[in-house]
Amino acid sequence: MLEIKNLHVQLEEEDKKILKGVNLSLDPGKVHAIMGPNGSGKSTLSYVLSGKKGYEVTSGSAHLEGNDLLVMDPEERAAAGLFLAFQYPVEIPGVGNMTFLRSAVNSQRKLRGEPEMTAGDFLKAVRDKAKHLKIDSDMLKRPVNVGFSGGEKKRNEILQMAMLEPKMCILDETDSGLDVDAMKLVAEGVNALRDKKRTFLVITHYQRLLDHIKPDIVHIMAAGRIIKSGGPELALEVENNGYAKLLEESS
Amino acid sequence: MASSLRGDTADRLRLNENLLATSGQWFKNARLAAAERVESQGLPQRRDEYWGYTQPDAFLQKKIDFDVDLNSPLELFSKELSEVINYKNGILQEKKLPAIPGCSVESLSDAATLDNHWAGTVFGKLEAVGQIPVQRSLAALNTATASQGLLILVTGKVKKPIRINAVCEGTSDTIIHHIIKVERGANVTLIETGQYGARANVVLEVEVEGDGTFNHIRMQNGHEHNALTHIFGRIGTNSTFKSFTLTSGGRLTRNECILDLVGDSSRVSVAGACIGDEKFHHDDTVFVTHNAANCESRQVFKKVLRDGSVGVFQGKILVKAGAQKTDGYQISQSLLLDDNSQFLAKPELEIYADDVVCSHGSTSGAIDEEALFYLRSRGVPKAKAIDLLTLSFIAEAIQEVESPELADALLAHVTAVLEVR
Repeated sequence: MLEIKNLHVQLEEEDKKILKGVNLSLDPGKVHAIMGPNGSGKSTLSYVLSGKKGYEVTSGSAHLEGNDLLVMDPEERAAAGLFLAFQYPVEIPGVGNMTFLRSAVNSQRKLRGEPEMTAGDFLKAVRDKAKHLKIDSDMLKRPVNVGFSGGEKKRNEILQMAMLEPKMCILDETDSGLDVDAMKLVAEGVNALRDKKRTFLVITHYQRLLDHIKPDIVHIMAAGRIIKSGGPELALEVENNGYAKLLEESS
Repeated sequence: MASSLRGDTADRLRLNENLLATSGQWFKNARLAAAERVESQGLPQRRDEYWGYTQPDAFLQKKIDFDVDLNSPLELFSKELSEVINYKNGILQEKKLPAIPGCSVESLSDAATLDNHWAGTVFGKLEAVGQIPVQRSLAALNTATASQGLLILVTGKVKKPIRINAVCEGTSDTIIHHIIKVERGANVTLIETGQYGARANVVLEVEVEGDGTFNHIRMQNGHEHNALTHIFGRIGTNSTFKSFTLTSGGRLTRNECILDLVGDSSRVSVAGACIGDEKFHHDDTVFVTHNAANCESRQVFKKVLRDGSVGVFQGKILVKAGAQKTDGYQISQSLLLDDNSQFLAKPELEIYADDVVCSHGSTSGAIDEEALFYLRSRGVPKAKAIDLLTLSFIAEAIQEVESPELADALLAHVTAVLEVR
């Protein structure tokens, strides 16, 4: 699904290298987790994959189903099936959540050359998916993320994911700022979307999210590289011993 | 501001003298007094303090060049929502004005022949008060020469908004003067729509007596118009005055709003948004005087500028001695979509009372990159994402509009404007 090869990235504005040769191969239907200490480059990886400005790829490649992601605009990546659930979803006053969602869904369809979703079908789909995420009609009517609690913002991200039906979902510290109940609700939303064709990359500091979204493969990232990959037990090792031992091993 | 009167103004005043022969006493008095104001004050010049950012030339020239043929009628604020009164090229088109429960509507030209009229206490009177401390001679010129306009006396609660739809053809050079008097405990919503032609000078004098409400929504369209508008408001005790203007076209637009809060515990809001590019020059000049205690005033303006267009905001809050517990607020913001456009802001506070809260702010900014990335990462193409963020920017000003239906109609209009440009 997603092939990242020897990816090197630095900041555009200053000569600071952040990713120093990331290699990752994600198969369809799998949930991968990336854990790592602060500043290891986890979020940068998610931004570079989704096309945020301010980063320069100095070498390496990233392909989604064989398509070169790095030459596409962010909207083209989205239409190709990539989705990033933001750590800090942006507030957009004055633009209704529904208006935004519908615009996103239909923009993607248009980019893919598919017919747009009718207002009726869209409304039905949103209501159905929102119900499972305990998003009420008031939240759907309000401006995008404005006045939402931390938990509501993250659920709203998952609602967008559910509506856009991406192939490759990246969750950037989706657990940050959430209490246990909110995290469970978000995790349920994610788990409901797991299927044989959809791949997840879950970025997190902590094991606790992975108790609810059970990964197939866990990667440890440090200083801009993947230093170790393994099964779910690797996350438990981090939880118990911290990163220190793993960092020592890799150096 | 002293200068001798040039071509067009002198012509207009001479024309005025002819019309005076058929005028009733109240109207004659108002016009003569206004003509004297124009003559003694002279016309605005570039060196005047409040004409520093906007050149008055287009309003002073004898003739104005105009070669754009306009014909794009605007269907906004559906008819069910309001009573519509149509003007074309500055002339009232209705043979019979609608009978609206809660108010009376007359045309200025009919009322002008009467010897006495209630409008005599408002017509030219608020405009005259509004000449101090800043002279507004072009408004006085309007009073001295206007023969078209509506006189609306609001005596009760008017359910549907009253809409004035003034459409002008290209070369028209119009002068219109409306009077609204909201009597004690009454309320009304006035909507102005249409398209200006080559040049327009529109004055609205609004008196709100105690416990009254006046809501005003104005849509300014037209490709190449030069429009100068003045609103003069006198707001009594425990009353509400709200005016919102959306400008989405035109070459030169200057909207002045001069409010005098004369009764305690009133609330006023003057707000607006504009979208323009290239030769678009948009000026909001606002002067709110707190003459009474415990009043709240808000000025909220948003300007979206592109391709070399210019936005101007001159906003003043004057708090007179004794106007304690005043809550004054003023914000003017521009969204500059490129490096060629500019926003010129002159916020002013002048306060002579010691127990007041007044704040003002002004910002200029570009599209927020973080928000733009967020939208694009969801598949929204860049141009559409910029439109959505522009809408978001303007929506904050539209929040000043009380009625959710009218606010929605304005948002829908902004969306449509963004789509076609």
